[in-house]
Amino acid sequence: MVRSGKGGGRPSRSASAGARADGSGAGGERVGRAGADDERVGRAGARGRSAGLAERGGGAAGACRTVESPRLDRALWRVLGDLGFFSLRLPEAHGGVGLGLPEAVLLFEEAGRALVPGPLVATHLAAGAVPGAATGETVVAAVDGGLVEWLEEADVVRGDLTGAVPLRSLDPLTPLHRVPAGRVASDPVAVLLTAAEQLGTAGRVCELAAQHARAREQFGRPIGAFQAVAHLCAGILVRMETARAAVYAAAVTADPADIAAARILADEAAVHGARDCLQVHGGMGFTWESEVHLHLKRAWVRTQRAGGVTESEEALAAALAAETA
Amino acid sequence: MDLSYTPEEEDFRARLRDWLARVLPALPPKPSPDDWPGRRAYDLGWQRRLHDAGYADVHWDASPTLRLIFLEETERAGAPYVGANFVGLLHAGPTIAAEGTAEQRARWLPPILRGEEVWCQGFSEPDAGSDLAALRTRARRDGDAYVVTGSKIWTSHAEVADWCELLVRTDPGAPKHRGITWLALPMDAPGVTVRPLRTLSGSAEFAEVFLDEVRVPVANRVGDENDGWRVTMVTLSFERGTAFAGEVVACRRVLGELAVEARKNGRWDDPALRRRLGRLNAEFRALWRLTQWNVSAAEASGGVPGPGGSVFKLRYSHARQELYDAAAQVLGPDCLDLDRPWALERLSSLSYTIAAGTSQVQHSIIAERILGLPKGR
Repeated sequence: MVRSGKGGGRPSRSASAGARADGSGAGGERVGRAGADDERVGRAGARGRSAGLAERGGGAAGACRTVESPRLDRALWRVLGDLGFFSLRLPEAHGGVGLGLPEAVLLFEEAGRALVPGPLVATHLAAGAVPGAATGETVVAAVDGGLVEWLEEADVVRGDLTGAVPLRSLDPLTPLHRVPAGRVASDPVAVLLTAAEQLGTAGRVCELAAQHARAREQFGRPIGAFQAVAHLCAGILVRMETARAAVYAAAVTADPADIAAARILADEAAVHGARDCLQVHGGMGFTWESEVHLHLKRAWVRTQRAGGVTESEEALAAALAAETA
Repeated sequence: MDLSYTPEEEDFRARLRDWLARVLPALPPKPSPDDWPGRRAYDLGWQRRLHDAGYADVHWDASPTLRLIFLEETERAGAPYVGANFVGLLHAGPTIAAEGTAEQRARWLPPILRGEEVWCQGFSEPDAGSDLAALRTRARRDGDAYVVTGSKIWTSHAEVADWCELLVRTDPGAPKHRGITWLALPMDAPGVTVRPLRTLSGSAEFAEVFLDEVRVPVANRVGDENDGWRVTMVTLSFERGTAFAGEVVACRRVLGELAVEARKNGRWDDPALRRRLGRLNAEFRALWRLTQWNVSAAEASGGVPGPGGSVFKLRYSHARQELYDAAAQVLGPDCLDLDRPWALERLSSLSYTIAAGTSQVQHSIIAERILGLPKGR
């Protein structure tokens, strides 16, 4: 089996502790053994990189400003390329970073958390196959699940575009085209990286909900002191932690059934979490200025990619049948 | 997250698997659920075999990883459940090991490991279920003994237990979390009365325990007087953290059985049912990963599981109910027949969101202790 990190010694079986004081998802603090340090460094790096990205993009507020006519920020894409986001899993001999799926999952989780716009998964998967993808010079989109994200901004689109028509995208930060003939077989890596992005969303909405519940006062006390609100927040965390265990395990085993399980749980954690986060925010969450709706909409977009719930449930049913044949 | 095993761990797994394959076919048949003396003998007998083969202390002294391998292999092989030994092996034992004196460990731990003594848990009371700190059973000091009066309820295995891990109030004037003391109560002491309670599954699964001026030696106190709440938190964190690990493997086995049955009776062709089982497959795979995660977090923090156990307990108890609801869909009308498999398990799965702290209490623990939300009401 594979293990994360490149350090010597035997890493801890845990990626990070299930419990965090602020629900921030910054793992690693309770992990004691060798190898955890690598993971912590990787996580800190990923967090730093995505924080930089969010800043350059103007964060959620900037995202809201660019919403009316979304343009892919080419400079940002080059920064991503320079950081090794796309070339992460390419061997060093081919100019890549030479890391593996576990590290890619941590990065995509952070990208999801920071709401980074653009065809991240498609470009990452094209690194090494499409010239310029690895460095971020070439923006690569792909037909996936009957849709293409960012078709008009892409330099290269992989897949059959016959009959592609634009639709008015529900996610203001993800332009979409419908491609009737374009359903492709789901690449397990794409499914897992999508799950990692969903996990990032789940972590972020958990943070947002808890912050708001601690700060917002109604009826003379913080709303988080009301059981109904507190339990809503706890539910967000429980789904997120369950998804985290599944996603990290799938990153390490790369087993197709583990990946399908990760996708199901991460989709649930992101969508249900964002919805409950909106509920915790009440009317304040229902405004365009709030960041919450952007997370929910992005999570919805990702659920439509190949390897979604129905397909993954069937895959896991088939795995069950095979195990007991 | 590392999911690989050392050669020593793989060796442990191989030896255990080999031993199980030799021992299990020779086991006597399982007693009926209502035959309590039979269940006691059967469960203690299994513990005795584990002891003689060198596996008795796997819940205590082995590394968390070896414990997980043990649970995985015994459940996969269909070995007997820990049963009447549950409280001794997974609650009282670890608590005495962590908090007891050398004499206490020498007195109580070996008989648990050798399969000679059964423990039950005297925590809950009619007015103190999930609100454990509201317990009212009183103990006053009289020379070298505590004199205990009160009652406990929903006490599993009380009819056949030798000892009870008993929580009593020793200082009624103190705030409710203080003033509680942890005692080891001999169940044959004068003044102890056990009355079986019939559960909604029709069996006498647990009991009421009445305590009337029962004398418990001060030497039976684990931890300091009035420090029982802290000692209890140690016990409960074991319960939520790792005690259910083996059951996750068991659920995965049941899920496999559901798939077999559904293919046999044709319901597998229903895509909605098939996908429901697929989703449960995702659920129990993830719960197993969460178990590994909690166990290694416990390993890193010195052996006592943290509040992350509440995440697991909450999710698992609902998943278990989902599993047996799916079983009902697989069985169709037969799900109402108590002689069919899984009907009884469906009933008992209802207890999981109540026992060991209700789902609502777990939500509050997560909100306050993990998310840092203000204390609620």
